[in-house]
Amino acid sequence: MIRFENVGLRYGMGPEILRDISFHIPQRSFQFLSGPSGAGKTTLLRLLFLSLKPTRGLINVFGKDRSRITRHELPMLRRRIGVVFQDFRLLDHMTTYENVALPLRVRGREEASYRTDVIELLKWVGLGERMHVLPPVLSGGEKQRAAIARALIEQPEILLADEPTGNVDPPLARRLLRLFIELNRLGTAVVIATHDLGLMEQVDARRMILSGGRLDIYD
Amino acid sequence: MTELAEQHDGQGADEAKPASERAQRKMAPIVPSQNIAGRALISVIAIMTFLSCLTLGAVTLVRDTASMWENQIAREATIQIKPSEGLDMEAALAAAQRIASEFAGVRAARIVDRAATARLLEPWLGAGLNIDELPVPRLVIVTIDEDSPPDFASMRAMLAAEVPSAMLDDHRTWVDRLVAMARTTVTLGVAVLVLMLSATVLSVVFATRGAMAGNGHIIEVLHFVGAEARFIATEFRHHFLLTGMKGAAVGGLAAVVVFIVFSWWSSMNLATPEADQATALFGNFAIGVTGYAGVALVVAVVGALTAATSHFTVVTYLSDIDVGRPDGG
Repeated sequence: MIRFENVGLRYGMGPEILRDISFHIPQRSFQFLSGPSGAGKTTLLRLLFLSLKPTRGLINVFGKDRSRITRHELPMLRRRIGVVFQDFRLLDHMTTYENVALPLRVRGREEASYRTDVIELLKWVGLGERMHVLPPVLSGGEKQRAAIARALIEQPEILLADEPTGNVDPPLARRLLRLFIELNRLGTAVVIATHDLGLMEQVDARRMILSGGRLDIYD
Repeated sequence: MTELAEQHDGQGADEAKPASERAQRKMAPIVPSQNIAGRALISVIAIMTFLSCLTLGAVTLVRDTASMWENQIAREATIQIKPSEGLDMEAALAAAQRIASEFAGVRAARIVDRAATARLLEPWLGAGLNIDELPVPRLVIVTIDEDSPPDFASMRAMLAAEVPSAMLDDHRTWVDRLVAMARTTVTLGVAVLVLMLSATVLSVVFATRGAMAGNGHIIEVLHFVGAEARFIATEFRHHFLLTGMKGAAVGGLAAVVVFIVFSWWSSMNLATPEADQATALFGNFAIGVTGYAGVALVVAVVGALTAATSHFTVVTYLSDIDVGRPDGG
């Protein structure tokens, strides 16, 4: 589904942040992306999400060469990738319901056509009671779940989550992890960037460890 | 079903219906309707539009007044006949009137009779003046068709041949000076208007960009949830067009109110020394249809400018995100 071959990335004239990164993310797979702080996890996620271009190497996303993807093709490809940002990036002037429905709304769909789906999904992530609340009123865990619901509403083929348990207590972190596992069982590939070793120990999944700009994979 | 959902299931059935009903309420706009930057933008636009419209109205007023002066002066010419030994004044006046009337472009030629001439001199020489006792020049007033004025050179030549003591004054020197003054005034006014409009354009552009700066995170979120650039740009353009029009309409309306109040004031104070002074300078203080059309145009341009600025800001922002090269290449 997504393949990296000898990918390297540097900011400006600085040293390479990522060096000779090669891996493949198959469909329906589940993996953790880990490494110490500043190792380049978020940068690698940005490459996966097509918001950065590599300085060298090849990236193939859904059968398309990254270097040949035009600006006009990006929105369509992004709809196949769900992203949960570390800082949630919810819009404060919209309710939880409206935030989650946003990806469908920007595609020009009528609200009547997706209302039930959004409500179902909000209940699935445990936000059924909080759907008409504005984000500033939500707790960290609720914001996290709203961000996850927004990433899932378009039923993406792959979900990228950047430190999804970084702002929640351990019990909620475990519950969120179960949510990701259930999602994976339903057919979505999942990449979770985290440095929480405790979280990784709960699931027997592939681990991609970034260190010193290089990537080691433990299947 | 997950544990997260299970937590909620107890109340799910009760919540579902009201939640569904509440979901049918009007969706929040993509771009938040009001914030401090938005209100500041409306104020800046309203003030700048008001000042621009006032300048435009003032220039329209000066231009109309200048053209009124010019036309009024150019509507008449005067033939002056100086008395001299042996001159039959009445015959000379009649001859001058006849010559003038024969020219195409002359609407009428009227002799200023003795009584009228005496009245003209009354402020200096007093009442009860016998005009025959003094060598007073007499006048023939020639009314001219402004659109096709007569050939003053041949009229002057014919008068010189038949009535040597006649002098034709077509007010050319006076009109030329007035025209020059009026044109200078209008040119200055237009220069001030151009400066005012440039200041408005710059203020609107920078205020819009300032208001847009607070919306960067919205553009980014929309972009990352798969919104097309066109969709994002359209949302912002509509929002800022409305904001711009709102501010511009307030400014434009305030300017129109000022014009109407001035016009009303000048009509209410007719025949008072203050109003006479103002009327002498600016006519009746009305800016006319052109002025009001100009105000509407300024409002529309300011609205369009705000929308265009937000559009280009969004497009630039998105292209910066989409370039996505860490080395800026």
